[in-house]
Amino acid sequence: MSAASTPSLWRGAGRLIGKRIGLALVTLLLVSAVIFTISGLLPGDAAQEVLGQGATPEQVAALRHEMGLDRPAPVRYAEWLGSIVAGDPGQSLVANKPVADIISERLPNTLTLAALAALVSVPFAFLIGIASAVSRGRKLDRGINVLTLSMVALPEFLVATIAVLIFAVELLWLPSITIVPKDPTFAQFARAYAMPVMVLAVGVVAQLGRMIRAAIIAELDRPYVEMARLKGVGPQRLVFRHVLPNAIGPIVNAMALSLSNLFGGAIIVETIFNYPGLASLMVNAVTSRDMPLLQACAMIFCATYLLLVLIADTVAILANPRLRQV
Amino acid sequence: MTGGNLIRAVRALPWSGKIGLALVAFWIVIALTGRFIAPHSPGAFVSYEVFAGSSGKFWFGSDFLGRDVLSRLLVGAQFTVGLSAIAVTIAVTLGTGLALTAAVGPRWLDELLSRAMDTLISIPSKIFALVLVAAFGSSIVLLTLIVSITYVPGNFRIARSLAVGLTKLDYVEVARARGEGRFHIALVEMLPNMIRPLFADIGLRFVFIVLLLSGLSFLGLGLQPPDADLGSLVRENVSGLGEGALAILMPATAIASLTVGVNLLIDAATQGKVK
Repeated sequence: MSAASTPSLWRGAGRLIGKRIGLALVTLLLVSAVIFTISGLLPGDAAQEVLGQGATPEQVAALRHEMGLDRPAPVRYAEWLGSIVAGDPGQSLVANKPVADIISERLPNTLTLAALAALVSVPFAFLIGIASAVSRGRKLDRGINVLTLSMVALPEFLVATIAVLIFAVELLWLPSITIVPKDPTFAQFARAYAMPVMVLAVGVVAQLGRMIRAAIIAELDRPYVEMARLKGVGPQRLVFRHVLPNAIGPIVNAMALSLSNLFGGAIIVETIFNYPGLASLMVNAVTSRDMPLLQACAMIFCATYLLLVLIADTVAILANPRLRQV
Repeated sequence: MTGGNLIRAVRALPWSGKIGLALVAFWIVIALTGRFIAPHSPGAFVSYEVFAGSSGKFWFGSDFLGRDVLSRLLVGAQFTVGLSAIAVTIAVTLGTGLALTAAVGPRWLDELLSRAMDTLISIPSKIFALVLVAAFGSSIVLLTLIVSITYVPGNFRIARSLAVGLTKLDYVEVARARGEGRFHIALVEMLPNMIRPLFADIGLRFVFIVLLLSGLSFLGLGLQPPDADLGSLVRENVSGLGEGALAILMPATAIASLTVGVNLLIDAATQGKVK
């Protein structure tokens, strides 16, 4: 690293990263416009829905005015966006509490769940990816291939069902719903989280493992690997010292992708284990058509996804001396 | 492809591919015949015992209301496979159609479409589907449209990169020099050469759609009673989880065997072409 860290190189990297940040912000803005259009403009008249079919046109008009629905769409969008950015997306229609309060209560739970799942999945994914890449085409690789192909296609609720049957019903080791007591001891914490984390990890390990294998194999075909082999570098050193550092770019990208899929999996897992997170909150918002809450949840998930991609891009730029020079 | 070639292609598949092919063929048969081979009416209360185990009369036991699990599963599979097949057809037609338009159309149109699809692809698919369901509800028609629209951007991206690669090839240049219209170039010259590489993407997208559709139904946001797909069957019997009822295990396993089967088949069929 030392030779490459001359000031001009870092300035190039900074410019490149700045550009990525700008692009992510523009994308987030466009995403917000899509979400507002779908959930705020298209579904028809919220005032009519609140009042029901029996309302007179005057009543509807009055409520529309009160709710601000009679103003032009761009004005409503700008106001909505302003309130989201300010961290106050309004009042939840169903819970009758500020959306911000509900979310700040639930968001840490989902982040804990996701972080634990990531922490468990990533080492396994590396193990699987590296093992199958170095045994490419052999029995171990083919076996892992069939196994991970099947794992990515399993619906989360099947994995959850089987896990509950084994660990909660047969063995009586773990509770079938996740209740985390206040100030849990480590044992309580581990018991509560073991199953949801395990279920989330199944898909992530398989998907990430496959992508890590692909990234390593792409490098294994390059001439410098042949060179190192001819020089007599052993297989372990070859993978860890020569190949992995060069595959960091695609690997962090794969990690960003599978972590964002993890949030999608959380929607099912939180619902099954009755876990009070943001994803199950969003499902409730859909069921009760609580639009302010739904929009805020959707924006948080989209922003998280873009942030993960941005971090991955940044790591890839910093890890690649050639990209740094641009 | 002649019959002999087909048999040879099947023989050449690795064992995982043969398993995949068998599973896929099995589910196609069930999707076509489910309703007619069901031993009982899917809505009829036929057993006094709820969550009964397997018996000679009810192979997969009874559900939470004492209905026949096997019959409900056969009909539910028709919904899952049928709706997913329709949805993937819509998704791929839209995605590839727009991709061809972008590839042969004016530059600004390509920019516009690509930019729009890039935006949509940065909304995680389950989140996008939830927002759409909240806005439009989930009647069968809307639900099918929603799950297909969710997977248009991904198909667009792949199809566009294939199509753009083709526009630079000689035979497309020749067609253009011959004075063929854009429509002709896209549909007659380019599309036939994209179909083979697109097959893997279609299969993958079918798996995504099956999982999304049954996921939505499992959350209670998909198919509404009295209709029930495999995801709905898992949901309605979730109270039998504590006793390990077949009523919840069988439909969940059915979905998995369908998606795993498709995945194994695609992987085996594309091996050698994709590293």
